Amino acid sequence: MSGKEYRTITDVKGPLVFLNKTEPVSFGEIVQLRLSDGSMKNGQVLDTSDDQVIVQVFEGTSSVDRQTGVKFLGDVFKLPVSKGLIGRILDGAGRPRDGGPEIVADEMADIIGAAINPYSRQSPESFIQTGISAIDACTSLVRGQKLPIFSASGLPHNDIALQIARQAKLVGSDDDFVVVFCAMGITAEEYNFFVHDLERTGALENAALFVNLADDPAVERLITPRLALTAAEYLAFEHDYHVLVIYTDMTNYCESLRQIGAAREEVPGRRGYPGYMYTDLAMLYERAGLVKGKKGSITQFPILTMPGDDITHPIPDLSGYITEGQIVISRELHQKGIYPPINVLPSLSRLMNAGIGPGKTREDHKSVSDQLYAAYAQGRELRGLVAIVGEDALNERDLQLLKFADIFEDQFLRQSRDEDRSINEGTLDLAWDLLSNIDTKYLVRLDQKWIDKYHPTDRKDSEEE
Amino acid sequence: MSKENGLIYRISGPVVTAVGIAPRMYEVVRVGHEGLMGEVIELHGDQSVIQVYEETSGIKPGEPVVRTGQTLSVQLGPGLLTQIYDGIQRPLPKLEETMGVFITRGVDADGLDLEKKWEFNATAKKGDEIGPGQVIGTVQETETIEHRVMVPPNSGGKVKAIKSGTFNITEPVCTLEDGTEIAMMQEWPVRSPRPFVQKYAPDVPLITGQRILDFLFPLAKGGTAGIPGPFGSGKTVTQQQLAKWSDAQIVVYIGCGERGNEMTEVLDEFPHLIDPNTNKPLMNRTVMIANTSNMPVAAREASVYTGITIAEYFRDMGYNVALMADSTSRWAEAMREISSRLEEMPGEEGYPAYLSSRLAEFYERAGRVRTLAGDDGSVSVIGAVSPPGGDISEPVSQGTLRIVKVFWGLDAGLARQRHFPAINWLSSYSLYPQALDQWYRDNIASDFPEVRTDISTLLQVEAELQEIVQLVGSDALPVDQQLTLEVARMIREFFLQQNAFHDVDTFSDLGLQYHMARAILSFQEEAKKAIAGGAQLEDVVNIPARTDLMRGRFEKGYDERIGELVTEMGKQIAASMEAN
Ligand SMILES: Nc1ncnc2c1ncn2[C@@H]1O[C@H](COP(=O)(O)OP(=O)(O)OP(=O)(O)O)[C@@H](O)[C@H]1O
Ligand SMILES: [Mg+2]
Repeated sequence: MSGKEYRTITDVKGPLVFLNKTEPVSFGEIVQLRLSDGSMKNGQVLDTSDDQVIVQVFEGTSSVDRQTGVKFLGDVFKLPVSKGLIGRILDGAGRPRDGGPEIVADEMADIIGAAINPYSRQSPESFIQTGISAIDACTSLVRGQKLPIFSASGLPHNDIALQIARQAKLVGSDDDFVVVFCAMGITAEEYNFFVHDLERTGALENAALFVNLADDPAVERLITPRLALTAAEYLAFEHDYHVLVIYTDMTNYCESLRQIGAAREEVPGRRGYPGYMYTDLAMLYERAGLVKGKKGSITQFPILTMPGDDITHPIPDLSGYITEGQIVISRELHQKGIYPPINVLPSLSRLMNAGIGPGKTREDHKSVSDQLYAAYAQGRELRGLVAIVGEDALNERDLQLLKFADIFEDQFLRQSRDEDRSINEGTLDLAWDLLSNIDTKYLVRLDQKWIDKYHPTDRKDSEEE
Repeated sequence: MSKENGLIYRISGPVVTAVGIAPRMYEVVRVGHEGLMGEVIELHGDQSVIQVYEETSGIKPGEPVVRTGQTLSVQLGPGLLTQIYDGIQRPLPKLEETMGVFITRGVDADGLDLEKKWEFNATAKKGDEIGPGQVIGTVQETETIEHRVMVPPNSGGKVKAIKSGTFNITEPVCTLEDGTEIAMMQEWPVRSPRPFVQKYAPDVPLITGQRILDFLFPLAKGGTAGIPGPFGSGKTVTQQQLAKWSDAQIVVYIGCGERGNEMTEVLDEFPHLIDPNTNKPLMNRTVMIANTSNMPVAAREASVYTGITIAEYFRDMGYNVALMADSTSRWAEAMREISSRLEEMPGEEGYPAYLSSRLAEFYERAGRVRTLAGDDGSVSVIGAVSPPGGDISEPVSQGTLRIVKVFWGLDAGLARQRHFPAINWLSSYSLYPQALDQWYRDNIASDFPEVRTDISTLLQVEAELQEIVQLVGSDALPVDQQLTLEVARMIREFFLQQNAFHDVDTFSDLGLQYHMARAILSFQEEAKKAIAGGAQLEDVVNIPARTDLMRGRFEKGYDERIGELVTEMGKQIAASMEAN
């Protein structure tokens, strides 16, 4: 049915074009628009009936008029995929942006991506060492997890994402990660920062980039992550790669989603975002994981900036409801000059339990992490109290906890941008050293057998013997 | 009138409008050339509005729509247990066989294996007068569960012939005088509750092995509970704990619009976990429904009905069934999405105006009943709720709280401190204790209710004292109040906190729970005496025996040792008085 061009546009509203048409077009079909000056735009069918078709135009509708020619291409959106994607930079609609040739397709892959059958999934359980203590000890990452970074403007989330991309490894394995990077509406400056770092470390050759920048079409952002994930799935499940997908900034993606919803005059959900935003985000985030019978994996690191630093804002909120935890960046710690300013208290890795422990990290890992949390949480709470009543009103236990909170931030959280700490000697032993500032009788989260084995005084005792 | 075939007129996401067809409401239809499964949800002049259970991209107006004459139903019979289904009862292992690891579309699959042979033991005899719901024979479905084959609710009469033997589930095993044939399988429309004789007030607890739940906020067999909480606060872990350890005979676990990996976890774990009540793998009693967040929303909407119908079916056999739905908010959102595509007048926050009545109808299907066969059976329903931003003033939370009798309120602050289960002991409630107290007195200890009251009072008092501490610090309090704070801390850290991932701590027998609570009260009593006798609070609190008592719960055989540990604690407290 290709070839036929309609000039039946009746209405244009925001990024949407409404047209009457004569032959049936399918839901989700790709559309090409030819403007009177000969330039082209692309779109997708959002609603179709015998009388009317609604098309969402990726590049926006400026200059579209009733004379614009509309052609239905008879197929849903597909991405040409092949191993040749690695090392390439594509734009937000999947066209080369690096001056290189078109991708020679091994296959045309539907970018919507079918759901993985839950029965066919394999539980993620391989610990990834990021070399960052806060993450490795407290919110351990495993291969196949989706773990977003909840940040806010002006915070060093990009540095953290890059440090993870650089340092991530499976302990005792030299399988490398391939990075799929997806930019949605970020500034050219941020983008250059990523590209330079990837170039500097040689990671660029091992990466595929999909780039939609701040001045690129906003609606196009709705397909950019789908392209990136389609590439990731192909590389992971057809070619056994372990793929690390970094996408930033989910907040821009959600803004585009809201824009479409508003143009369709849909009844909005919370704060004007579409009621289906949860499902829409899930269609992206759930494309992480491992499946039976395939060697590769997809690990996702979505980055989002919380509007107004508000974790209850629909974007972080709905994301948190779908992802397997979150790493929360704190402005307070950042202002104290601590890098990485990760607030471990609201951070969480839900797959941690499966990835740590004997044979994976160390037998005491879980206890240590619980104890770090508990002590730091109480210490921080006491800071508030001390501000009112002064330190004199504190008992011994409280004083120790209060002091611990400072030490924890200063020595455990703080590390440099290229410091790659090993999990056992670098991170867990450090944790024990710091916890030894608290009397063991207050360390109720630690099993006695681990105290006997790993507590610094006991460690020393056994060395002296 | 009953035009069988029509054409697609419009497609908007999961909602398709057809013309030229006159189906009944809630009838199942086949949509498009691929025959996608859909359900009629609105009739509107010549138009029939259909929610489609599969992805609709690539479908065109003008493609065919065909009636089936059926309403959305589930197949009920041997083979349900250990199975994992999508929202419309398609077995996921079957889908994997035909589609591979990704769920594509246009594939049909029976809910039950129609070929598999089962050993049927007839219990009814020729000449018996059998009524609806009556058991006519049994099948050993899994190692632990006997499947009771029942007369369908709308059937009955005098048995003309019945035979034991090996049959598949569609072969008749029993014939009635009027010629009716009864097979092991029956079907039931998911949106209609299965009938029973009468509802009873629940008076037996559903024991979960989770201390804070069983002891402070118990659920009854046949009762309803809601677990609202922000993301990451422990809804799923709590639901899974109930699926693992509650003393229901059958568990139906619905993953409704949540994560794929969480279902995988259940699939991986349950076959290896041993049911403390039967000593056999937990999988034997479990049916799973997994319609994850990225699977079609219309099937998500259907998933809770599929689940509860299966639960009612086992109830009708006389079993105690527990159903978990994680999360009912995703179900409500599916309703909202479909409703908005129908351009219905929205209610609060865009949810359809019928949201609260749908919630009520769902929870109403819970209950302890006298079955058609005259037995006692129950369905307990535990629904997770995921309020945006953790704020339960929103419609789904409010609609749920109006109906359920137990509220387990999860608290982000507690989760943040890794106090798990992060159930807020001040805001949570259960309306069942009164009905259950007699049971506790008869089965656990005659003073069980009083011990519970003491424990919850201590927690209330702590909350009041904490307000003062916030202003002046704890050292400024008189020593008896400082002791109260210590005791309350002991309740929190030793009793309320329970690590779901610890081999031993994950489950506490109700008797042990009682002894642990008593141990705390006895600490309080002894400590009071010692302090009155001149002991220092510091010394009393820091006796090693108390730490041993508290840490001991992580070791096997704790229920046998706890008596000694309490005695030793008493001795050391007394000694701390003499030391002064
Ligand atoms: N009883 C418990 N014992 C130990 N850890 C727990 C317990 N309950 C919750 N947790 C911890 O909290 C994490 C989050 O819990 P869970 O996944 O149940 O949250 P949720 O409320 O279901 O969140 P969401 O709404 O996003 O699905 C778990 O991964 C686990 O680390
Ligand atoms: Mg959950």
